Amino acid sequence: MIEGISIYEVLTLSSVLFFIGVYGFFTRENLITILMSIELILNAAAINFVVINTYLYPDFLQGAIFTIFIIAMAAAETALAIAIIINLYKLVSSVEVKDTQVLKY
Amino acid sequence: MKNSIMETILFYILAALIVVFAIASVSSRKILRAVIFLLFVLVSVSGIYFMVDYSFLGAVQLAVYGGGVIVLIIFSVLLVHHVELELEVTPLRKKLLAGVISIIGLGITLWAIYTYPFQATGAERTIEVRDIGLKLLSYGEGGFMLPFEVISILLLAVMIGAIVIAKGKKLNE
Repeated sequence: MIEGISIYEVLTLSSVLFFIGVYGFFTRENLITILMSIELILNAAAINFVVINTYLYPDFLQGAIFTIFIIAMAAAETALAIAIIINLYKLVSSVEVKDTQVLKY
Repeated sequence: MKNSIMETILFYILAALIVVFAIASVSSRKILRAVIFLLFVLVSVSGIYFMVDYSFLGAVQLAVYGGGVIVLIIFSVLLVHHVELELEVTPLRKKLLAGVISIIGLGITLWAIYTYPFQATGAERTIEVRDIGLKLLSYGEGGFMLPFEVISILLLAVMIGAIVIAKGKKLNE
């Protein structure tokens, strides 16, 4: 735990980060910037796991291990999403959300 | 006591950096700048991990996000955009709506946090890499052997999938 900082302050920070990510997710109209907003949201969740583990249950490791899983999932998701975006750019020459309405089937 | 004041100041600096650069990252109109602001946010978050003595997590965060994800995003930006291209302006109505929804959500979340009586133990413990490794590879009670293997298979599948998808039609013909 951090000396002189209570759990409430760190949870406030992670909530603010989460809702900045949500705001970006709503307002952005470009696939890559939406992906960046998702990264912010995932990071807020990871901070929550770490902080609750270290402040409330310092004898356990579950929070740290779940954070490692979150980071692995985020990397996997980013790699796949960027592959899809690049393929989409080859097909429709745009990465704006409004140009990507047509599904394959 | 002096140490405690230093840590408090450091935490507030990191928190201010995270919030300011996160807002800059979701509102900047130059996409490459938005990516760099996101990099600053991620590095500051790893600073928080170092402050709570989770050094391994901080290192993983720096290596995977700072080294991997950001480079991937920058490459994709350079592949699909002109660097000087500015993003479209979002309509003000949409911005206001999203802002109001976010602030309402933030209010509800903060209300829930501040009315719940968390009982912090106050105990200090440094987590070593050895503990994390033993926990990840133990198959006894509370071990994480199965999720660890599932994550490995997921990463392999994603690697193959990303290559197949990014190659496009050529592989199928």
